[in-house]
Formats: sequence, structure tokens, C-alpha cells
Amino acid sequence: MKKQITISVNGEKHTLEVEPRELLVHVIREKLRLTGTHIGCDTTSCGACTVLLNGKSIKSCTVLAVQADGKEVSTVEGLATAEGLHPLQEGFKENHGLHCGFCTPGMLMRAKELLEHNPNPTEEEIRWGIAGNLCRCTGYNNIVKAIQYASAKMQGKETPSTEPEFV
Amino acid sequence: MIPAPFDYAAPGSLEEAFSLLEQHGDEAKILAGGHSLIPMMKLRFASPEFLIDINNIPGLSHIKEEDGYLKIGALTREAELETSEVIRAKYPIFLDATKLIADPQVRNMGTVGGNIAHGDAANDHPAVMMALRAEVVISSAEGQRTVPIDEFFYGFYMTAVQPNEILTEIRIPVPGPRTGNAYHKLERKVGDYATAGVAVQLSLDENGVCTYAGIGLTNVNPVPMRAARSEEALVGHKLDAERIELAGQYASEDCNPSSDLRGDEDYKRAVVKALTKRMINKAIERATS
Repeated sequence: MKKQITISVNGEKHTLEVEPRELLVHVIREKLRLTGTHIGCDTTSCGACTVLLNGKSIKSCTVLAVQADGKEVSTVEGLATAEGLHPLQEGFKENHGLHCGFCTPGMLMRAKELLEHNPNPTEEEIRWGIAGNLCRCTGYNNIVKAIQYASAKMQGKETPSTEPEFV
Repeated sequence: MIPAPFDYAAPGSLEEAFSLLEQHGDEAKILAGGHSLIPMMKLRFASPEFLIDINNIPGLSHIKEEDGYLKIGALTREAELETSEVIRAKYPIFLDATKLIADPQVRNMGTVGGNIAHGDAANDHPAVMMALRAEVVISSAEGQRTVPIDEFFYGFYMTAVQPNEILTEIRIPVPGPRTGNAYHKLERKVGDYATAGVAVQLSLDENGVCTYAGIGLTNVNPVPMRAARSEEALVGHKLDAERIELAGQYASEDCNPSSDLRGDEDYKRAVVKALTKRMINKAIERATS
């Protein structure tokens, strides 16, 4: 039996009919056509499907769309504004924080919540903070740098060197 | 992967939830964080006909000391343990454990009650709750009952919670002075289940004699296990290297690990011994600092 749900996605309200078994990631990608959120492992491991649900990062392959009823969803499409890229996006661009880009939307959304809770994380806190997001290209070092860059920029500090590290 | 079809309701009160349980019996499953249940449903290991989402029910999410107990509401997220003042001040064992439970996104959804109610010896909270001698509050339309953690786990995925009941709270006796606790699990990578895990809580008197010992083991027995002989080896004694060695030895002898991809039986027994000794030392350090 279908259920009617209302979710706000990147500030825009949507009312949809969904089956209870539909996963949030499928609704985001296939019904709302926001394909920035990726499906990687489909088993709660890789973090490519990470979005924010009421400001908390979650893996949308393991949440039912009906569980998001009445809640706010933020996806990678909502990061950049008319003024330009989000500091995290800028950090990933400047620091070579991606190669293929498949993990990037999930990394960005996870990092967004991390910096909201902890605006000035240590390197170790960043590494634990993105422990639920897998990247098969970068070896993570430049992703850590990208998040450090965003952390500095968002606090109005001088951004660290963007010399990429190849390992 | 998409779960098999099911019907869904998100009641706003426990009474409504009990009445849905009454209607649907054991065809219904409770949905809390969903991070054990939904993966099983996606793999079609579980196909409940009805999900009762308890996330809209008020009063199930709290961490507070009251009437001599630390009370943790069943819907409390793992992430909430990490930021709780009372946990940070007095129960570092939960910080040890939550850091090693899955990953940050999973901890934003996963609940303490669900981790226990799932009845999986590979989960981390059961061993922690054994070390702390927790009680589990189970509610139904008839009222509440309290079950000691040692009587809660019946078998693989089977617990004391009956089809008409919901686990609503966990109660932990507030420990006395000079108490320390610690947990560690060996995992192959972030998000893996424990190769083995050990939870320890100890209380010492003014002379350093052990007055309380609780030791729980993760994933080395078909059900979460208390290392009873290790506890007995500690209580009433000063905890010198010889005593700690003995407790570690007993735990490694008494557990029942099975050989799998995480290691063979002998290796796991060795891990249990090493972790038991380490966690005893860490608990002593915390009790005396």
C-alpha cells in the first residue's frame, strides 16, 4: 500500500506517493532526479549515498523514504550557491581531493556535518570522521587536506597550501 | 537491492504501537534505527509483513542518572552517547565502544536499544551491558517488566522480548567510587564486526582490593557471554600481574569462538586473553585516576 510523504529537499518541498519498501536514495535519484547522490555498495559500507537528514549525515541506501516523511534532506546539489562553490567543494577542487569523483558527493556531505560539529578538527578527527566513506582513488590524503582547507576557509583563516600530494 | 513488500506505520504513542503488535503478532517487526533490520530486509534474510516505526514515539530517547541508575532510552542514537556529558564524565566505556561501532553515519541512525534487541553476539553493547550488569526494561500493553542482562539473550537473534513487547530502556546501576571501565574490540577494518571484543568494569576499595568485577565478551560465543570465572578470579583480591594473567587465561578458556574469516579458534582465544588483560589494566587506570 502506497504512503504519501512530504520531504523538503535542499529547501524545496516535495509530496510523493511511495511504497514503504522504497529506499530514500531511490526516491532522491529516480523520482526527484537528483543524481548527484550515488549508489556504491548498496550495503551501508561505502558512504557514496550519504545525504543529510535533518542535518545529520546518513547513508540513504539504508533508510526508507517513509522514514524521511516530514524531514529535511540535503544533497550535494544544494551545496553550491549563486555566489559560487561551497568551501568544501572548493577545497576538493584545489587539493585534488578526487580522481574519478564517485565517492565525492558522499564525502562532501559527510564532511559538511563533521565541520558543523567540529569546525577545527585535527587530522585524526577528520580521518575518523570520514571512516564511513570509501575512496578507491586518492588514498585519502588529499581528501583530508581538502577538508582542512574548507575548515580554514569557513573560519576566515588563511587556507593551507594546496600543493597536491601524490602517494 | 530492495526489500520485499511490507506495510508500514509510524505510531505516535507506545499504546498505538502495542495495539499494532497485537494485530500483527510476529509478522511485525519494530523499526528503530533500522541499521540491522533494513540490510537484512534488502538481502531478503528477513521479510516482515509489517514495520512499526517507533521513531515518532516521545520519551524513548534519553541519557540520565535517576534513582541510582544510568537510564538510556531505547531510541538513543549511538552518536548521542558520544556527545553526552554524563557519559563523558563517568562512563568512558561507552566512548570506547561507540567509536568502534560501524561509522559516523550509521551511529547517527543506529540505536542502543536496537543494538541489544537485535540479539546478535557480534554487536558491541551486549558485552558492555554485561560488564555494567544492566537491566533491560521491556514494555507491553500489560505494563513494564525488567530483565537482568544475563537473562536477556536466548539464542541467535532471540531475546526475552516477546512479539507483543518493545524494549524501551536500559538501566545501569550507578557505580560507586574508584570504579573504572573500558572496552575494546579487534576489528579488521572500520565497520567490521569484532574478531573479539572485551568489556570490563572494576571497583576497588581504598586498599586496592577488587570489590566488583564485570567482564563481557563480544562475538566469541553463540550468545553474548559473561566471563564469570575471570570475574571471580578478581573479586576479593589485589589486582597484581598474576591475578590479571589468571583472569585473561580463564576468559580465553571459557569462551567458545568459531573459526571464520576473522581468524581461527586458537587465534581468537589468544585475542580474548590479550584484550581481557589490557581492558582490566585500563579499567584499573581509570578507577585510580
